[in-house]
Amino acid sequence: MNFDYSEEQQLLADSLRRYLQAQYSFEQRKKVLDGSPGAWAKFAEMGLLALPLSPDYGGFGGGAVDLMGVMEAFGEALVVEPYLATVIASRLVQRTGSAAQKSALLPAVAEGKLKMAFAHTEAAARYDLGAVKCAARKSGDHWVIEGEKKSVQLADKLVVSARTPKGVALFLADPVKGEPRRSLDGFAEADLVFSGTKAEALEGGLAEIEEATDFATALVCAEAVGAMKFSCDATLEYLKTRKQFGVPIGTFQALQHRIVDMYIAHEQAKSMACLACSKMDSAENAKERARAISAAKIKIADAARQVSQEAVQLHGGMGMSEEMKVSHAFRRLTVLSRQFGDADHHLARFAAL
Amino acid sequence: MDLNYSPEELAFRDEVRGWLAKNLPRELKEKVENYEHLSKEDLLRWHRILADKGWVAPAWPKEWGGTGWNVVQRYLFEEELGYAGGPPLIPFGLSMCAPVLLQFGSDAQKKRFLPRIFRGEDFWCQGYSEPGSGSDLASLKTKAVRQGDHYVVNGQKIWTTLAHYADWIFCLVRTDSGEKRQEGISFLLIDMKTPGITIRPLILMDGAHEVNEVFFDDVKVPAENLVHQEGKGWTVAKYLLGYERMNTGRIGASKRELEKLKDFSKNMSDIRFRDRLSRLEVELMALEITNLRFLDRMRRTGQPPSADVSMLKIKGTEIQQGLTELAFDAMDPTASDEFSVALRKRYLSMRKTTIYAGSNEIQRNIISKMTLGL
Repeated sequence: MNFDYSEEQQLLADSLRRYLQAQYSFEQRKKVLDGSPGAWAKFAEMGLLALPLSPDYGGFGGGAVDLMGVMEAFGEALVVEPYLATVIASRLVQRTGSAAQKSALLPAVAEGKLKMAFAHTEAAARYDLGAVKCAARKSGDHWVIEGEKKSVQLADKLVVSARTPKGVALFLADPVKGEPRRSLDGFAEADLVFSGTKAEALEGGLAEIEEATDFATALVCAEAVGAMKFSCDATLEYLKTRKQFGVPIGTFQALQHRIVDMYIAHEQAKSMACLACSKMDSAENAKERARAISAAKIKIADAARQVSQEAVQLHGGMGMSEEMKVSHAFRRLTVLSRQFGDADHHLARFAAL
Repeated sequence: MDLNYSPEELAFRDEVRGWLAKNLPRELKEKVENYEHLSKEDLLRWHRILADKGWVAPAWPKEWGGTGWNVVQRYLFEEELGYAGGPPLIPFGLSMCAPVLLQFGSDAQKKRFLPRIFRGEDFWCQGYSEPGSGSDLASLKTKAVRQGDHYVVNGQKIWTTLAHYADWIFCLVRTDSGEKRQEGISFLLIDMKTPGITIRPLILMDGAHEVNEVFFDDVKVPAENLVHQEGKGWTVAKYLLGYERMNTGRIGASKRELEKLKDFSKNMSDIRFRDRLSRLEVELMALEITNLRFLDRMRRTGQPPSADVSMLKIKGTEIQQGLTELAFDAMDPTASDEFSVALRKRYLSMRKTTIYAGSNEIQRNIISKMTLGL
């Protein structure tokens, strides 16, 4: 039993945190949201994009625990780069692609030259991974996709799920044009309509989508822990400095007990993120993996709601302000608590396992 | 990061589990599982079985009978005891008075009391709370006045758990009424057979006699029963607060209760009940991993757990209450069999857990002050 990061994992997380503090501050992040180039090249230089990929294709062969510290740091800084989207899609290529497909894409991902996304979620599918209406049909030597995918992060290459006579399958496609927008928490995304879009088949289906979603959920748990840590720390600082009635408001017991409960929620969420990431790497079967992931997401969805809402409340009017990072952490935690399934979804899944 | 126990730790757990399966008397296990009353004889019987095995006081130094186990082994042992359904080991002697004597007691006090605590020959209780001094313990008024080679004690303690079983009580008493109230408190060991001590039962809402009022009326206590120095009782009490109480979460017992509850409620088809049960199970998982994280940190840094214990107490007791509440809700409202009657009482009784040993609000104050610096 050991809850430490390895020396390598810790060094990477520390240097990433230092970089983000210096170069991805709240002010600098604002510029990224306004269209300035983000930190992608730096992420590639630090090896973050290569981290989950196989050494055969320029990667480091990392698992969920290896990415955990990275995601926590991203959560603290509220990073708005399509990192998770690229990790999910490139991992899917690694697990379901041919040698030629992998050689064509993965080294480019590792070097930071190719952003990827997984175009999967459709309207009204909510969190049902099998609810795919997009269809793929064979046309000569390639495939053609028809249908609409929702909220796909902007990328250079897509993995797309689509229905075939044999069930849900995975394909590679170039992105089609969509109307770009920012998600509630700041990511660049679009709804995409595929209309006779040319695609290449990958060798995977629902089982691979479930595995990829569990992996992504474990990472989202770690990211939420980082965003919760920021929210707790910022709120504690505010309680110590904001004065009313002539004293710091942190002297009031009504507020002390609430921030204590925020910290407890954060600690428990962190424990469950450890469970999710380590089971992702070590579970002996899909059921054991899914049970740990769903348990973690239940706790993290609840904790994210509690911590984000209380952080805003304890900041008073300032917590509502667009100018305060805590309101942006609120947006991120609100999205993370539902991403890949809210507490209700995972409660149903947990109980069924 | 690896959340699995090592092969050595698993072997240790299996050894403990195997021994418990053979040596925990069935009658005691059944009483615990059916929420029946445990008599003094029941408690002492289990204490002595563990003492004979040498496992009754794992945390003590080896020379006094400790096992030399590390913190993870001690945690595993306590978890297995709870999971197996063993009666609780009454903490007042083993894990409250003894650590105080080991840290602050004279050689004579250690020699006199520790072996008897180990063998279960003296039953101890704790004299802290008073009618006007609950959470605000330092306001306590029970007075001890030095007269020659003894103290004369006058006053009253309340909520004294199992005082009616006890041979001895360790008390916080006021030896000085100066301005700094913490500095006027001393730690005294008092023989319950001393003339002038009266015990009055306080019956709780489940009908059980567990706690008492204890009155001291000109009780003569030999001065050699003072622990540490006069006026240093608060230091002693605070030391005990920080003492390694890593089983505060009662995770083993809650795991057993959860399994029982799942079985008990297996015919409940209500989706709302199912979700409450799942959330509680997740809470217990989170508590267990949090507890292990703290243990892992302790093992590596050698630092005592400090305010972490408060978090375990808050979550552990909330979970114990939650499990009991769900079992109560799963019970047929019209049931009148023995178990259902005991379960109803259990629901009433478990409300004490978030109040005793420093209410959960006091625990939040501790975290607020010690961890967050507010």
